[in-house]
Amino acid sequence: MSAKLDDSKPIFIQIAEELESGILDNTFPEGSRVPSTNEFAAHYQINPATAAKGINRLVDEGILFKKRGIGMFVSDGAKEQVAGKRKTQFYETYIVPLINEAAKLDISQEELESMIKKGGHSS
Amino acid sequence: MNVQFDNVTKKFGSQTALNSLSFTLNGPKIVGLLGRNGAGKTTALNMMAGCIFPDNGSIVVNGSSPFAQPNNVCLINESGNFKKDFSIKETLKSASLFYPNWDQKRAEELLDLFHLKKSKKVKSLSKGMESGLGITVGLASYSPVTIFDEPYIGLDAAARSRFYDLLIEEYERQPRLFILSTHLIDEAAKLFEDVFIIHKGALLLHQDVETLRSMSFSITGTKKDVTEYLNGKAPIHRKEFAGRATAYVYGSEWNRHEAELYRLDTDSIPIQELMVHLTDSHTGGKK
Repeated sequence: MSAKLDDSKPIFIQIAEELESGILDNTFPEGSRVPSTNEFAAHYQINPATAAKGINRLVDEGILFKKRGIGMFVSDGAKEQVAGKRKTQFYETYIVPLINEAAKLDISQEELESMIKKGGHSS
Repeated sequence: MNVQFDNVTKKFGSQTALNSLSFTLNGPKIVGLLGRNGAGKTTALNMMAGCIFPDNGSIVVNGSSPFAQPNNVCLINESGNFKKDFSIKETLKSASLFYPNWDQKRAEELLDLFHLKKSKKVKSLSKGMESGLGITVGLASYSPVTIFDEPYIGLDAAARSRFYDLLIEEYERQPRLFILSTHLIDEAAKLFEDVFIIHKGALLLHQDVETLRSMSFSITGTKKDVTEYLNGKAPIHRKEFAGRATAYVYGSEWNRHEAELYRLDTDSIPIQELMVHLTDSHTGGKK
């Protein structure tokens, strides 16, 4: 869990993304319990309804499921589902801003491609 | 637990404090009441608590008039809540007689949290201590409608953070309609489910916070690109610096994703700034 939330997007989406990231990095393995609405609200000092909205978003998508009276749990296959969802968001979240910034800097498509080939090492 | 204002008007001499104010708040919820100085916030809150009569219009709190049933509501003002000659012990005693759901044990726990001794007289308290006492009484009242009007004069950042924790804890323990009026909007905005903004005595907007956030954003780019994107529609605020322009837009007709495809930089607008610009554009005020 990150230390605090920011103003960049709606808070309930940040809560949902926190949970998804936790599922991806095995903080919350499939079948494990995730923090409750009240635990999120207390930790981030946010409205419990907002926390519930973020959690329910993942319940609606089948990533989490509710055990009545016990809490919210990570569904089987959730990790794969989150990874798939993140991949479809990848274009909008990373590629669109990448191309916009490259255009501002007059970076040609070839230059851009060679940078991508170079990979995540700065030299 | 609900509060309903219907065309409420109030004048103080020639000054119009509330001008046909209408809104409905349904709880349980934590609601933020925002507005500029002199917007009419405190007048409206005092009416909810049955302390000021309206000239016209009707007010219903929990199904009855607050003037007939004032103990449905606990209003904590920024100061002057308690009799100066009372000790803290006597203050709690009088609150316990007034509020039907009073929880004495919780009140004493809260006093400890704010390091307040029961033997102390109200007049000997510092501003911060008096705020701590106000928060204690408001939370321990367990009133279905609990209102804090700038409750934390003199409280430092750590004590304010403790207040936010307590508010969430108490809301979960016993859901109620909490109304919080504050100028420290950036700090408190995360606590709100709804905000309503009063401007010049009337309702400017009432919206759930997440919708409000998604309905407003800023766009930044060259003057030409920003002007083209706005296409003659008025933003709520626009500023220019060194050849670049930033426009703040608000409303369901704007789409942030679309703006990004125009190669404009977009950013969220903190609720506090949104309130400032909305109340500016509605006065035809400064550019």
